[in-house]
Amino acid sequence: MRYLPLSDTDRADMLARVGISDVDEIFVDIPKSARIDGLLDLPRRQSEFAVERDLSRMAGKNVAASSVPFFVGAGAYKHHVPASVDHLIQRSEFLTSYTPYQPEVTQGTLQYLFEFQTQVAALTGMEVANASMYDGSTGTAEAVLMAHRVTRRNKAVLSGGLHPQYRQVVEGLSSMAGDRVEALPADPAGTEDILAAIDDETSCVVVQSPSFYGQLIDLKPIAEKAHAHGALLIAVFTEVVSLGLIEAPGEQGADIVVGEGQSIGNGLNFGGPYVGLFATRQKFIRQMPGRLCGETVDANGKRGFVLTLSTREQHIRRDKATSNICTNSGLCCLAFTIHMTLLGGNGLAKLARINHANAVKLKGALEGVAGVKVLNDAFFNEFTVKLPKPAAEVVEALAEKGVLGGVPVSRLEPGQAELADLLLVASSEVNSDEDRAAFVAALKEVLA
Amino acid sequence: MSMNNQGRPSAPAETAITSERATFTGNKALAMEEPLLFEIGRMDVCGVDLDEAEDFAPALGSHARKAVPDLPALTEPETMRHYVRLSSKNYAIDAGLYPLGSCTMKHNPRLNEKMARLPGFGDVHPLQPLSTVTGAVELIAELAHWLVTMTGMSAVAMSPKAGAHGELCGMMAIKAAHQAAGRDPKIVLVPESAHGTNPATAALLGYKVVSIEAREDGTVDPAAVKARIKEHEGDIAGIMLTNPNTCGLFERDIIAIAEAIHAADGYFYCDGANFNAIVGKARPGDLGVDAMHINLHKTFSTPHGGGGPGAGPVVLSERLAPFAPLPFLRKGEGGIEWVETDAELKDGEQPFGRMTAFHGQMGMYVRALAYMKSHGADGLKQASEDAVLNANYVRVGLQDLMSLPFGQRWCMHEVLFDDSFLKDTGVTTLDFAKAMIDEGYHPMTMYFPLVVHGAMLIEPTESESRSSLDLFIATMRDLVLSAQKGETDRFKGAPFHAPRGRLDETRAARNPVLKWERPAAQAVQPQAAE
Repeated sequence: MRYLPLSDTDRADMLARVGISDVDEIFVDIPKSARIDGLLDLPRRQSEFAVERDLSRMAGKNVAASSVPFFVGAGAYKHHVPASVDHLIQRSEFLTSYTPYQPEVTQGTLQYLFEFQTQVAALTGMEVANASMYDGSTGTAEAVLMAHRVTRRNKAVLSGGLHPQYRQVVEGLSSMAGDRVEALPADPAGTEDILAAIDDETSCVVVQSPSFYGQLIDLKPIAEKAHAHGALLIAVFTEVVSLGLIEAPGEQGADIVVGEGQSIGNGLNFGGPYVGLFATRQKFIRQMPGRLCGETVDANGKRGFVLTLSTREQHIRRDKATSNICTNSGLCCLAFTIHMTLLGGNGLAKLARINHANAVKLKGALEGVAGVKVLNDAFFNEFTVKLPKPAAEVVEALAEKGVLGGVPVSRLEPGQAELADLLLVASSEVNSDEDRAAFVAALKEVLA
Repeated sequence: MSMNNQGRPSAPAETAITSERATFTGNKALAMEEPLLFEIGRMDVCGVDLDEAEDFAPALGSHARKAVPDLPALTEPETMRHYVRLSSKNYAIDAGLYPLGSCTMKHNPRLNEKMARLPGFGDVHPLQPLSTVTGAVELIAELAHWLVTMTGMSAVAMSPKAGAHGELCGMMAIKAAHQAAGRDPKIVLVPESAHGTNPATAALLGYKVVSIEAREDGTVDPAAVKARIKEHEGDIAGIMLTNPNTCGLFERDIIAIAEAIHAADGYFYCDGANFNAIVGKARPGDLGVDAMHINLHKTFSTPHGGGGPGAGPVVLSERLAPFAPLPFLRKGEGGIEWVETDAELKDGEQPFGRMTAFHGQMGMYVRALAYMKSHGADGLKQASEDAVLNANYVRVGLQDLMSLPFGQRWCMHEVLFDDSFLKDTGVTTLDFAKAMIDEGYHPMTMYFPLVVHGAMLIEPTESESRSSLDLFIATMRDLVLSAQKGETDRFKGAPFHAPRGRLDETRAARNPVLKWERPAAQAVQPQAAE
């Protein structure tokens, strides 16, 4: 076996050294009734070439985003990632290292985490950020639990513009934790009255902007009403590139900002691994879940970095910890940080403008198709269109024509007749005029 | 004219150069200092070539950002240098032995990286039509098959994103099963030696954690479990037990413990962090386990990446299978069906909800399956055997000098020492660990498990060769003898050869500085967004 360095001679010598003749003697504590005689009913080992051929065959059955006109979003976005990003994150010293528990020999990881935290704080307009969560959806659920710790109340209000799967993650964890959740009905055009849902029992209001349906939401009045009632505003985003062009949630009064960072530096990966961004105000740092990297000095007075405030965490506080999380998305953070380093603030703003410009062009192109109506007036790189027939059928028919033309809302919100004709379409810097033309032509045929 | 110095003397006249000698730059030849990117970056450069967006009417309403984010950039060559230099300050498994007990730092095959980056896996969207991702669903189904076969369980929830997320998933399934039966028990039993995530998970779900002490030999006594069950009769939700446990031992009475918990209408959650010791040797399903997470990064070698991402699929017994969260796989008439929403449920399926948006860590699934196929049933069994052989080889090589808290017992894939061999030497456990750094080793896991004073948990893993183990054992012996001889200079203040000396963690916690702040003297006018 190519990954196992011991030879049979080594094994025999080592067994003799430990004083036995058969390695099974080491497993003596396993009850006999549960020991496996022989081998599991699974295939035998394969050569590197054979494994590569087998997995390539499976991969070949999938349609890769880059191979077709591609307009799919709804919480995960296709962007171009510079080649240097993937090269750098594959360096052994990053890829095969562990959590930086020994800071003297993990300054590489710790310094990029510090850079990551700084970037996330600047983008979100917040005072502090952590070293990432698993993804945006789990980060949102943790933000709700954090709001409950801060306010000592346990009723969360979720906007109808929150990504339906984020909503389900929040509802699942909250209900199991014994908390209450009030989820407003789906809100494609961004016209819900969330202010009416806030009262003196509310711990937090969770609002996504751009919303799941693409609509930009004014967070300021929501923050004001929430604060007037002693509640927190949790601002959510699923497209971090939008922060290059849209006013930061922190500037609009959010108390916790949480979202998905996949768009910067990370690929689509069929849904994961992704990287959750999490930022808040300085006064809440001891209630914040997840890992934190902090600056300090070493014994010679030189600047260095360490994991810090671990007294909030599970390995110290155990059943009193702020959360059970004991990891972050380290390598995805690194990819994010490298890509952000290449872009800088100006580059991100420019990238965001290209995304928005392409979305505006797409809107114009789609509105030229008979029977198609765009629901959103203010959006970033994604919006909702109303079609003259069920969107799920349209998407399938488009796929047959070689166009991946968005996500039918019914895939995430099944069983709601009023949503069945809605299609989410996303655009980014990767879309060309030819892509848009192909989309429009295919859509005209499908709707004809 | 020759451009090199071949044939000329290169040895300095005096050779007494030490690593302590200062340089003007702070660099020491190939060991280079690196500022924060914010200190070398500029607002007027960009490392990505982007076209200007022109000729369009923005549709942002009143939401436009007034100033661009205050984040300087580096060009591509500068970025390469910045992160390559940072990387040189990291220890990594590709550089040396990483004996972190309970963390399982083993070889990360590059084939797996290559496979995960195939466009058909890395460049597919989780919500594109299922008809365009049949290969991705096939891969998940095949991985699920390997996982349930190895564990002898009925079903697997694939989506949890890390080990602790898997614990949460398993305990939520247990809670959902109790609720479905009209019960609401409040107590979860957790041994003292458990990972901190176990009690944290139980508490997160509103359970009260009742601790179980270990007996003399480091394992859980079924009599102690029964006594706790009796104290809280009728109120037991389940037990969370790690097996092999964090003392490096197999819980030999696990079947009796499982029977006791089942007799009390509770469920048996097994923390599967150490599954790599027994793959191909025993199946948790045969031991009475109801739910167990599998750290794909530990057992199946997906790289840890400086802290993550991991992946924590949860295998479930027949009783818990109906409660697996969305999305899940179902065998249908036309083959494997991918069930994403409540609307697609059939009779008996009662998922408790959803652990994450989308489908979980596909990138890790590809890596893990590539690893499994490379090993096969035969290689996986061999890997477990080599892992435990290596750990026992280290144990036998050090047991006369270092102290074993639970006496002479076979250990599984990791061996636990305590710090009594350092008593009266003036060298602390931390000093000892930091001196290992100077010898070129990452320290072992320290102070965990908590049940042992000055715990030192060593996990060599199956990817270490005999010669690397021999060198490690010899180095550890030298260090122990040095400490016992009173050579404290080697330990006090160590490490001396790392990129940084000992870091002041108290200062970091007392006055948290969590991001870079632009010095006031460098204040720039916010740049207006266009």
